[in-house]
Amino acid sequence: MRHWLNRRIDRRRFLKASGGTAAGLAVAGCTVTAEEQQGTAQQEAPKATLPYPRTAIARASELTVDEPVTFNYPDEQSPCALLKTGRPVDGGVGPEGDIVAYSTLCSHMGMPLTYDAEARTFKCFEHFSIFDPELRGQQVCGQATDDLPRIQLTYDESSDELSAIGVAGLIYGRASNIL
Amino acid sequence: MQSVTDRIPLPPVSAEKRQLVCHFCIVGCGYYVYKWPINAEGGRRPEENALGLDFTIQLGAMQTSLSPQMVNTIEERDGQQYNIMIVPDRECVVNQGLSSTRGGQLASVMYNGQGASANRLEHPHLHTGDDWVAVGWEQAIGLYARLTKRVLDREGPDQLFFNLFDHGGAGGGFEDTWGTGKLIFSGLNTKMVRIHNRPAYNSECHASRDMGIHELNNSYLDAELADVILCLGGNSYETQSNWFLVHWVPDIDGSSNAKKREYFESGETAEPGRIIIVDPRRTPTVAVAEEVAGAERVLHLQPHPGTDQALFNSLLTYAYDQGWHDAELIERHTRGFDEAMRANRLSLEACSRITGIDEADLRKAAEWAYAPKPSGHRPRALHAYEKGIIWGNNNYRTQAALVDLAVATHNVNRRGTGVVRMGGHQEGYIRPPYPGGRPAPYIDEEILAGNGRMLTVWACNAFQTTNDAERYRKEVVRRSQIVRRAMAQANPYDLDALADAIDRAVTEEGGLFITTIDLYTTKIGQHGHLMLPGAHPGERDLTAMNGERRMRLSEQFMDPPGSAKADCLIAAHMANELRALYEAEGNAEMAERFAGFDWAAPEDAFEDGFRRANQEGSEASGHGDANNRLVTYDRLRAMGNNGVQLPVKEYRDGELIGTEMPYGSYEFDTEDGKVHFIPAPWEGFLEAAAEQKQKYPFWINNGRTNQIWQSAYHDRYIDFRRGRYPLAPLEIHPDDAAELGVDNGDIVEVRNDYGTVHALAYLEPDIPRGQTFMMFGYPYNVAGDITTPAVDENIVPYYKGAWGELRRIGRYEGLAQGVSFKRRRYR
Repeated sequence: MRHWLNRRIDRRRFLKASGGTAAGLAVAGCTVTAEEQQGTAQQEAPKATLPYPRTAIARASELTVDEPVTFNYPDEQSPCALLKTGRPVDGGVGPEGDIVAYSTLCSHMGMPLTYDAEARTFKCFEHFSIFDPELRGQQVCGQATDDLPRIQLTYDESSDELSAIGVAGLIYGRASNIL
Repeated sequence: MQSVTDRIPLPPVSAEKRQLVCHFCIVGCGYYVYKWPINAEGGRRPEENALGLDFTIQLGAMQTSLSPQMVNTIEERDGQQYNIMIVPDRECVVNQGLSSTRGGQLASVMYNGQGASANRLEHPHLHTGDDWVAVGWEQAIGLYARLTKRVLDREGPDQLFFNLFDHGGAGGGFEDTWGTGKLIFSGLNTKMVRIHNRPAYNSECHASRDMGIHELNNSYLDAELADVILCLGGNSYETQSNWFLVHWVPDIDGSSNAKKREYFESGETAEPGRIIIVDPRRTPTVAVAEEVAGAERVLHLQPHPGTDQALFNSLLTYAYDQGWHDAELIERHTRGFDEAMRANRLSLEACSRITGIDEADLRKAAEWAYAPKPSGHRPRALHAYEKGIIWGNNNYRTQAALVDLAVATHNVNRRGTGVVRMGGHQEGYIRPPYPGGRPAPYIDEEILAGNGRMLTVWACNAFQTTNDAERYRKEVVRRSQIVRRAMAQANPYDLDALADAIDRAVTEEGGLFITTIDLYTTKIGQHGHLMLPGAHPGERDLTAMNGERRMRLSEQFMDPPGSAKADCLIAAHMANELRALYEAEGNAEMAERFAGFDWAAPEDAFEDGFRRANQEGSEASGHGDANNRLVTYDRLRAMGNNGVQLPVKEYRDGELIGTEMPYGSYEFDTEDGKVHFIPAPWEGFLEAAAEQKQKYPFWINNGRTNQIWQSAYHDRYIDFRRGRYPLAPLEIHPDDAAELGVDNGDIVEVRNDYGTVHALAYLEPDIPRGQTFMMFGYPYNVAGDITTPAVDENIVPYYKGAWGELRRIGRYEGLAQGVSFKRRRYR
């Protein structure tokens, strides 16, 4: 499941590839229509917590340190990355307590983040924000006003399976994490 | 404040919409405020919310900037609650829809009595000798005026000291600079005033102004038109973020080329811009510039600290010797060039010895900035400077050398050029002329010498932003305690008796009575005796201008907390009370000095100050142009977040017409209208700093980080910001750190002859060996504690000129564990 996250993207090449504007890529691959969304969560009565789905992502033993795996959560329109950091971190799950996941839409303006394995940070190539996946997505430097939204994970030892069960923080471009 | 972080309310279509300029740096990005009743909410369909965005689907990148920090609930004085949302204005030419990490939090700092705002001062507070008690305005101002009158009548104005803000946006605006100036300069007539962050009443740009060029002399658009941007002692990605991202980046990544062709002469070469960054430190700006432009279009010069003046002089010399100066401009529009050229002359070789920069790089910089372009046209070089120059070694002479260079090469008055300060705060200065001379009294030294009976600290905080700060703080606290002991013995509700007791303590025992006017209890205010609550943008109407002199009205959309009020109205209250006291004793002459403060709202102060400036007998310094009378609140409101660039030319067809390039007619701000060159030969280091440099191994550079605004007066209460920097970080090279046994997150002590300060070690390979970089102006701890009393001829401190020794103190996981020590450079 290697993805663009592992490639360093040159800014001008990226703009060229996306048709000259920065908008668009972040929602590429969108398959869920507005009508379908309307028919689901939005019609429900208010609750204290949003109805996050439980979504299996990967097996912990399949992960390699510093090689993010991409997935979508809580729906197909929200790209995320699962990352094995190689050392126990706050909020980390898995056998070594070193697996975390984040939304990869920059919390500033939704540009896709890339993972820099050397610096061990997520980076936005548009406004140059930097986030630390080993410290709850803390903004290291940049223009966002919030840390990176964290995907809450659970780990099942018997099946070695990692599942997403919720999101802490608001995913860019939404009024609610559940559309 | 919000416990729920995964959703936000949307403004309904019916939400009230107001304009607000971000007050957290000079750039002044435009924002809109939406306000609506707490129990209402807009729908997710575009026609159901005021943003007109479709939240039923995932929004695409760059369609909005909207985070939980942009939403808040507020409570008005009548108890009504509202939701507010503050989002960047896409139509504003300054930020074009972009929010910075500072402006993006505007909503979160608005008052609701919870979170950060729970710390706001809601009412005046009086110290009774043992604790603070809330008091009414009548009691607070009653005491202030009685004590002021006692000192003024007996000893004259020179014992009334002020630490005084001077800006626009945060901590000021045309209304407030006028209100305070009219009270302090016209009414009290004291010259014993220090300004904002400096120990005397001076300008940080005396040299530029003496030469006839105001320091804000172009437009932000000019960065998009520059062939080369010289970023001199600045870190604009972090500190003027949206000027950099919206206007510099398109220049150096080539996307503004079409615009260049539009503005350039026929046949003139128009290529992607280059950038020359002069800074001993490889800043985050250098890293971003290299990412954007490619390393081959970025030249990072790393001079030895404090040697920038030598650099400018050698560039001038080389450019002149190559014939790249503009002889015609010099002949027609300037005076004193030959003398300055003789004085400033410095070879590349000599410069290389002084600055440590390779001659080849010096030559390359000169060629990039001043050699004719392939088309034969003179290049357009934008010279932007900030604290590395302003707070560098000898502000006046260094700045003179720079402006000499920029003018001689005709980098003023042409599009794509300018010799401008980047700026910290916005501006909004209109005051009666300062009654003192130049140089103005060194106020901190006067305080240390036991002078001053009353010190009024207005929207600034010298404990965090002065030089030699440790000595100053200790003395102020000592003198304050004398007064507190006296106050503990007096009846706080008998104003005359209390004023008498304080008066004895300050005249006979060396005490100092301290009043602060601020949003919060400040580091200096907590050691004082009286605190008066001010109001910030959004809670009152306010006008200010940004770094391209773009003036806007920030509209009031909510009540200030408690009984807090706009600073101009606090000044008026003081003046009116003083007038009443003088009238009561039949002293009409003194009463008249405090007349003309019959103001009910900031607009009254605006009408009295900005609009009447230098007309009808009103004498004013600052932005006092005759056409100011054309500017009204209603007209500014109609101009929206784009406002008008000062000076205003005319009002036509419902629009205020401003000025993009202020010296377009080549009439400069001197008596003969010509630029007056200032000779600025390199003369080495200011003495006190040079001594420390000789003595100690580490240069303790200091400056800002993008997440913290000013003295952190809001940020210290916000987890996202205070959590990032629980203690001021100190960047140090890993090899230096290893030699000291220091690791990331360790607490290090920095010590020199002037003080001791603690910081959180942050290892960074881009910091040269023997150098460090500590965050400035932070409450935890104060970098100024180890700066020296070295100042230039106008008492502008050499804040950057600190040297010291380091040692590891220890480690406290409670401080270190929540802080990321990942690299802050993009690459």
